[in-house]
Amino acid sequence: MEHKTQVAAPKGKQELTITREFNLPVELLYKAYTEPEFIAQWMGTKVIKFENVNHGSYQFETSHGGNVMLKANGTIHKVVPNQEIVRTFEMENMPIGVQLEFLNFEGITNERSKLTIQIIYKSEKHRAEQLKLPFAYGLNMAHNKLEKILKSML
Amino acid sequence: MKLRRDVFQAIADPTRRTIITLVAASAMTPTAIAENFDYSRQTISKHIQILTECEILEQEQKGREIYYQLNPEGMKEIADFIEPFRKMWDDRFNKLEAVMKSKIHERKK
Repeated sequence: MEHKTQVAAPKGKQELTITREFNLPVELLYKAYTEPEFIAQWMGTKVIKFENVNHGSYQFETSHGGNVMLKANGTIHKVVPNQEIVRTFEMENMPIGVQLEFLNFEGITNERSKLTIQIIYKSEKHRAEQLKLPFAYGLNMAHNKLEKILKSML
Repeated sequence: MKLRRDVFQAIADPTRRTIITLVAASAMTPTAIAENFDYSRQTISKHIQILTECEILEQEQKGREIYYQLNPEGMKEIADFIEPFRKMWDDRFNKLEAVMKSKIHERKK
């Protein structure tokens, strides 16, 4: 079976392409990416700042158990409603660095849409750090769990 | 001939994935790795052996102790590391779809 979400990371390149088809009208898909209320819900992050305009910027903050785990920010280069967003994205204190993102929103039918995200990294090495991230998340979880257990023993 | 194991096999097992995340942070001795699990030391040794054969882990002798660490060359086989990343995005997008669908239902009410 073909996966709904696909990731292409061509060898020897410093970019990634993520594609996904949604059972949503393109307007709603676009809203999910541009309205702080929705971003907060599906990304599980607090939206500190969000200016969805040409030359705007944004900031996210993700907490876990009352501690800020991750801060992310970026600048928005270009916005074409329901079609395109060109922006940068950076997770603070991570070895991944700044990435350039091209988000394309396409309506397939009135009820279906497609999102294509092309991400360009500083180098292939930076891209590799990004791909390692789910492992790092797992590690964080393990550490948090350990911390909890240790605290409960005090 | 000894069959070379592949990286997919290595990351197919949840215990081995946990071992990878553990040594991703810093090099560890087999004893230190085993302390994170309820399994027998032998079971963990077997997993470490598989990960080493897949060239995901490499050994380093420090004094009397053997430490295991992630092999950067093994990590270079990026394609094999795409799956957890893809899964992460798939989960996120499923959530996006669910959040926005509930929005449609609210509107219809």
